[in-house]
Amino acid sequence: MSDVHSTGAGEGIVDRIATGEVDTVHGPILYLDEISVSFDGFKALNKLTLTIERGELRCIIGPNGAGKTTMMDVITGKTRPSSGTAFFGQTIDLTKLTEPQIAAAGIGRKFQKPTVYENHTVFENLELAMKTDKSVFASLKARLSGAARDRIGGVLQEIALTERAYHPAGLLSHGQKQWLEIGMLLMQEPLLLLLDEPVAGMTDEETMKSADLFLTLAGKYSVVVVEHDMDFVAKIAKTVTVLHEGSVLAEGTMDQVQSDERVIEVYLGR
Amino acid sequence: MMDKSLFSRLYGPRAWIAIAVLAVVALVVVPLCNLVVPKDSVLHISDYTVALIGKIMCYAMVALAMDLIWGYTGILSLGHGVFFALGGYAMGMYLMRSIGHDGVYKSDLPDFMVFLDWKAYPWYWKFTDHFWYAAMLVVLVPGVLAFIFGFFAFRSRIKGVYFSIITQALTFAFMLLFFRNDTGFGGNNGFTDFKRILGYAIATSETRMFLFALSAVVLIAMLLMARYLITSKLGRVLTAIRDAESRVMFSGYNPVNYKLFIWTLSAVMCGIAGALYVPQVGIINPSEMSPANSIEIAIWVAVGGRGSLIGALLGAGIVNGAKSWFTVAFPEYWLFFLGALFILVTIFLPTGVTGLIAKLAKRGPA
Repeated sequence: MSDVHSTGAGEGIVDRIATGEVDTVHGPILYLDEISVSFDGFKALNKLTLTIERGELRCIIGPNGAGKTTMMDVITGKTRPSSGTAFFGQTIDLTKLTEPQIAAAGIGRKFQKPTVYENHTVFENLELAMKTDKSVFASLKARLSGAARDRIGGVLQEIALTERAYHPAGLLSHGQKQWLEIGMLLMQEPLLLLLDEPVAGMTDEETMKSADLFLTLAGKYSVVVVEHDMDFVAKIAKTVTVLHEGSVLAEGTMDQVQSDERVIEVYLGR
Repeated sequence: MMDKSLFSRLYGPRAWIAIAVLAVVALVVVPLCNLVVPKDSVLHISDYTVALIGKIMCYAMVALAMDLIWGYTGILSLGHGVFFALGGYAMGMYLMRSIGHDGVYKSDLPDFMVFLDWKAYPWYWKFTDHFWYAAMLVVLVPGVLAFIFGFFAFRSRIKGVYFSIITQALTFAFMLLFFRNDTGFGGNNGFTDFKRILGYAIATSETRMFLFALSAVVLIAMLLMARYLITSKLGRVLTAIRDAESRVMFSGYNPVNYKLFIWTLSAVMCGIAGALYVPQVGIINPSEMSPANSIEIAIWVAVGGRGSLIGALLGAGIVNGAKSWFTVAFPEYWLFFLGALFILVTIFLPTGVTGLIAKLAKRGPA
């Protein structure tokens, strides 16, 4: 029941994932090589090559239509590339897995628009995200253990929502929903976090708190942040990648990319 | 299994008392008033009323099934009538075979087959003279059809109105198939003139009362099972699929399996309801699969309140109660009334009758 339409090739990989074996001993955690995606002739990604190291905090910037969200879609299995390879660790070919399999492998994604279960309480949102057996019958029989409750409690504190634990998530403010979604990602115990505009709609104070949160996450997890807010990027980024028209335009420290002629021309200069 | 924590998880004490009261009414009071109380007493409940309530209880099972898939999982099926009818037809086959030689033509075959010049039973009628085999078909035929249909539809990520339209087409296609005289299901007359069930005469008050009580037991069992499902983590995943399916996927759940599970279960519930309906009503024909019938099921749930099991029961009761009164008093206006009811509920009571009651309760005594 739990793998009704998994391919034969995928099952071996899922077993590897179940044992927590994402092989990053010999290199980066995420490796995109010459990825191209075209929609009706429009090249959303054009031979994009990008590597993310283990424990790294990477910021990705670029003008609208540069391919940032499409890149996230490829990594999480929502969009299949027309050519190129995408590897998670050394062994997991992301282009062959479905979205749930990729999530189970250890990639968590936060959407641009905060996406939480509005009719469930904050606590239940975290409960549903928790890393565990996610097959139908496991869910039917699931009981929350004390350890699981403690873990949810810990994340609630981390995202400063302890007092709202039993409120429906739909009643949270925009910034709180963003945090809840990040909390849900943490419950998944991912290795790689993809955050699409995580501070959009936050107050300055919330933005600064988020910056602190992300800095503590880096190291523990590998984090990729797509963001428009330059001040925010400047505060957290060590390495910045600039995308333009579907491929990497420049990569380096914030100072390096900010002084890059081409970057100024297509993006920062505007 | 039914330990104390499970009891309190399903319902609070007041709801349990209400369920117990209804069970006593259905299993003790109604039988007494129908079978023991003399016909001229004011307390007597007529066979007509018993059959009507029995029928509505079968509809209530369908409403529960619809609420699980639509109210909780957000998948609007406009073809649930087909599962109900298939369950009904499977039971109908058994009832037809039980007529034996008592039909008009005194033949080995049911009357409609003699009439339509069939010489032998087609293969799919095999073994339907055995009750347990027919009972198995009641569950398996709607279940397997739903599973196959759902597998392809959900895997292809067909959603929303597209899914609703396909389910509507499904029930319509089956209706046309069953309308044909050469498919072996009695054409537009369907199955009727049943004489006995498990050896008992089907038209006696005692048999009818047994079917009535059985329907009540099954309805309560289905209510508790549905409640068990939706209060489990599985139920929370279903609601999460309704509210933010992409988040569910990116949290590592495969929504296809969850949808397939609840969809198939919902179809099986409809099949069982159909099988209990047919012996009480005494007829099954392809009009049960008409698109309008399936739409009406959705209206029951909308009126009662989507996402509330009690609401689904209330909705089925209110709409069908109104229907049985209306179709006697003003038969030609029933459809207008139904349409108006649906529009009014959609505009003014998006959470249905249960939502209204909850709102009034909040405002009232507190």
